[in-house]
Amino acid sequence: MLPWFSKWNKENPTDIYGPAVIIGAALGGVFVAALLVSWGQPYATESMQTGPRGTGMSVTEYKASVTAPDPSIADYYSEEPYIPEGGEELAKDIYENVQVLGDLTEDNFNRLMTAMTQWVSPEQGCAYCHGDGDLETYGSDDLYTKVVSRRMIQMTQNINENWDGHVNANAEVGVNCYTCHRGQNVPSDIWFKITPVSDNFEGWSSNQNRATSISQFTSLPSDALEKYLLDYEVIGVHSLESRVAENPSDPDVKTWQDTERTYSLMNYVSNSLGVNCVFCHNSRAFYDAGQVTPQWGTEMLGISMVQEMNNDYLVPLRDTYPPERLGPIHADAPKAACKTCHKGYQQPMQGLNVIADWPELATTEAPVYE
Amino acid sequence: MPEYQNIFTQVQVQGPPEWGMDDSGEMMKERSGSPFFSKFIGFFGNAQIGPIYLGWTGMVSLACGGLWLFIIGLNMLAQVDWSIAEFIRQLFWLALEPPSPEYGLSMPPLNDGGWYIIASFFLLVSVITWWLRSYLLAQEQKMGKHVAWAFASAIWLFLVLGLFRPVLMGSWSEAVPYGIFPHLDWTTAFSIRYGNLYYNPFHALSIVFLYGSVLLFAMHGGTILAVTRFGGDRELEQIYDRGTATERAALFWRWTMGFNATMEGIHRWAWWFAVLTPITGGIGILLTGTVVDNWFIWAQEHNFAPEYNGDYGYEAYGTYDAFIGKETE
Repeated sequence: MLPWFSKWNKENPTDIYGPAVIIGAALGGVFVAALLVSWGQPYATESMQTGPRGTGMSVTEYKASVTAPDPSIADYYSEEPYIPEGGEELAKDIYENVQVLGDLTEDNFNRLMTAMTQWVSPEQGCAYCHGDGDLETYGSDDLYTKVVSRRMIQMTQNINENWDGHVNANAEVGVNCYTCHRGQNVPSDIWFKITPVSDNFEGWSSNQNRATSISQFTSLPSDALEKYLLDYEVIGVHSLESRVAENPSDPDVKTWQDTERTYSLMNYVSNSLGVNCVFCHNSRAFYDAGQVTPQWGTEMLGISMVQEMNNDYLVPLRDTYPPERLGPIHADAPKAACKTCHKGYQQPMQGLNVIADWPELATTEAPVYE
Repeated sequence: MPEYQNIFTQVQVQGPPEWGMDDSGEMMKERSGSPFFSKFIGFFGNAQIGPIYLGWTGMVSLACGGLWLFIIGLNMLAQVDWSIAEFIRQLFWLALEPPSPEYGLSMPPLNDGGWYIIASFFLLVSVITWWLRSYLLAQEQKMGKHVAWAFASAIWLFLVLGLFRPVLMGSWSEAVPYGIFPHLDWTTAFSIRYGNLYYNPFHALSIVFLYGSVLLFAMHGGTILAVTRFGGDRELEQIYDRGTATERAALFWRWTMGFNATMEGIHRWAWWFAVLTPITGGIGILLTGTVVDNWFIWAQEHNFAPEYNGDYGYEAYGTYDAFIGKETE
């Protein structure tokens, strides 16, 4: 084909590769530069400084993901309270068997009931707790869901009233049913006991080295939540003097195995909040309370709060639940921890105030409307 | 492209296989396998493969090493209830763990570290006989024992981790798990438990020698390859008959940094840097938990860790609202 061209081409050898590479690279560079100028850096990051300058203490995220609103905020239902003028009949006088919310006026009682339906059982509606019967049967405690929700209301009130230092640490945020439930009957990110991970082994050979959700898919121990957030085991592992005479076979001495378990818990906390170690700690001395950030104190309160939630509220409900709500291995009650509320955010729902509209859930006493 | 600019070995010698000298008439006694050539292998090293000399040390070492590996593998299989699929899926997570701490230096049950002790015994025999082999084979060739002693420095660190330190601590539980991720978990946990190993000066020295070894290796390899065109890859000849390759290489470094090693000296630098890496590292590990329990506090007591009182920079600390682009002020 085209013999004249082949002939001409053979007689006029020219190095086209050199110029082609240079021109191609230059044009490619211009193209990329034009894209960056017009559309911006697609992987721009944002940092939140958490410690003194020069220590590298900061939490870094992609701008695109950190500024995106938590999708569950859009589905959040709230309604301002009806301020009582005095003299209204109270729920305990109108309805039967109102044990917890009896001091609410009828309007506010029904307002809260409607909201709880939106928060916890938007598909099943009132029937999820009250059954399919008429309004007269609503006082019945036949369904376990109603018994559980009563206890959960008490737990919510207790959190808002007694754990103010955690749930309102930076600003008024508080918690209500939606903080955990987000429109689901059973909240996401609850946990059950899963150890031992092997029945053939004992001791530290039987609680770790498996990719499990609780170990955050690391090979660290899978019993960290159980030991620290239920059994009150001590999280700290360090010697607080440069030399301490002790033997690892002494049960009171913290070993590197305990350190792995603590590390497993810390992985869980980090992933629950979408942060890194230096959000709370100065990583050069993890243990040193003199070098931690303000968030460390909030977290310490949170750990105590979760211990109380699990031991006083969630675990005692075990016999109330039907079998399908219990743990797959040990048939234990579902338990809560950081991620049940936080769901990957530093503050649940990015710090949305969920208590301002709900004075009924802010106190274990009669509500105060302002 | 010039021939010497290539990442693979360019000169392959293939002829009748080289058997070595047989002056005592006994060298063939324990050698096995008939030698052959591989062009592919020749890209990376000598194209001749075999024959191999195992001897009694090699046989004992391979057998014990194999037992060590099989004990670990079977324990891992037992942990996943003998499911091959789970074994493959969880392979990097699984481990043969040392005993739980309560057993101290006594023999624990097989399923709580007992198998670990047995496997470790075989690994110890395997490593020591392999070292003996590296010593005896050097002796047989009438070589210096530099390779054996360099290997011994690595064995020092190995013994510190698995034998000396656990004995001093009074518990086998202090040893390192046999598993891909779990031994890394041990490393992290060990550093955190003892207050940050970065403040252990022997750890710092070990890192210096480790990174120094890498730097020296790159400098030396780069220098020799760069003067190969002048015969610089014939390093031994250049030691006693300094040619233009050595002159150029020496001049290059003297101009660059005012100092140069010699064709002989550079190998002493490399050997000592490599050998000092595990020696200093092993000292650092041995002191941890036995002499020092919190390296950060130790470093403060010895004015080694910088203090910052934290009274500066607070105004620059970020808020969550600003971080998520929801400034409320």
